[in-house]
Amino acid sequence: MTTHYLVLSALLFAIGGVGVLVRRNAIVVFMCVELMLNACNLAFVTFARQNGNLDGQIIAFFVMIVAAAEVVIGLAIIVTIFRTRRSASVDDASLLKY
Amino acid sequence: MGESITFWVLAVVSVIAALGLVFSRRAVYSALMLGVVMFSLAVLYAVQDAPFLAAVQIIVYTGAVMMLFLFVLMLVGVDSSDSLVETIRGQRFWAVLAGLAFAALLGLGIGNAVLSPPKGLAAANRAGNVPSLAELIFTRHVFAFEVTSALLITAALGAMVLAHRERAEPKQTQKDLSRARFVRFGQLGRNPGPLPGPGTYARHNAIDMPALLPDGSVSPLSVNRVVARYEAAEGTLPPEVERILQEEALSERANGHVARPLGEEDGK
Repeated sequence: MTTHYLVLSALLFAIGGVGVLVRRNAIVVFMCVELMLNACNLAFVTFARQNGNLDGQIIAFFVMIVAAAEVVIGLAIIVTIFRTRRSASVDDASLLKY
Repeated sequence: MGESITFWVLAVVSVIAALGLVFSRRAVYSALMLGVVMFSLAVLYAVQDAPFLAAVQIIVYTGAVMMLFLFVLMLVGVDSSDSLVETIRGQRFWAVLAGLAFAALLGLGIGNAVLSPPKGLAAANRAGNVPSLAELIFTRHVFAFEVTSALLITAALGAMVLAHRERAEPKQTQKDLSRARFVRFGQLGRNPGPLPGPGTYARHNAIDMPALLPDGSVSPLSVNRVVARYEAAEGTLPPEVERILQEEALSERANGHVARPLGEEDGK
């Protein structure tokens, strides 16, 4: 059963990675990052059960905390960029390139 | 047995929802799909002897994080769909290929690993899942836990600083707004009064139906722009309204007006 969970986690991680590469809307890119974090959490919880100790669950808990903080800051940045540039597309925030 | 049934149902649901998250055109659908994935992962945690994490997942992710996402979607504009133009040639193809290769790599690696049967958490959870977790958090991981509080405070402060905006000009009073409306009326001939409401015909009872003017022609002003944009994308907008809105957009572009972004529909 452990293998099944790990493969599911790998699949979700890969799908999230493709989403980050493919999508343009910054909010959707962000959602894909969240999906990748969730996939990692699933692997952590699975390994906690595999190894019979709770450290994996603790790490997953900390990942959730960091993800919550990251969402708050990331969305605030997206809103700030949207206010000045009127766009939530990751292609439009390219001033540093030139 | 029960576990594998739960797993297979939720695995299929979550993978389909994750694909939907990546490939649906509208950001709101993506957010809902993400909610489905998070919810099924919560159930998978519960199945794997992690009831505390399952509760936290539902409270923090499907509760708080999803709400934040939806709030920001509403702020940024629900209809901010992606452009289909590829800025880098072949990016989509190579991205999907890289994703497939990565999944295959991970899957093969995991499939080749020889794992002993899981030890299970019965021993570790003897005092109950939450007390055991609490014991670990407050003994071995107490420093990380304390640092977490600093992180959360920093994040809250950062969000406030980023989202705060100094008002550069005085707030417009009702008098100013009214004056501006009449200046616009004098210069551009735009109706200073309220916009006409949408029409409701005998066969349609929807806000996307335009109101009729006294001479029988349709009034494009009565149609909500956001609704009209959706309907135009789906091809369900009444043709005469679409034609009028297109003409209007063309003439606005010819006059040098930029299409007004959402939330700035002046005086509406």
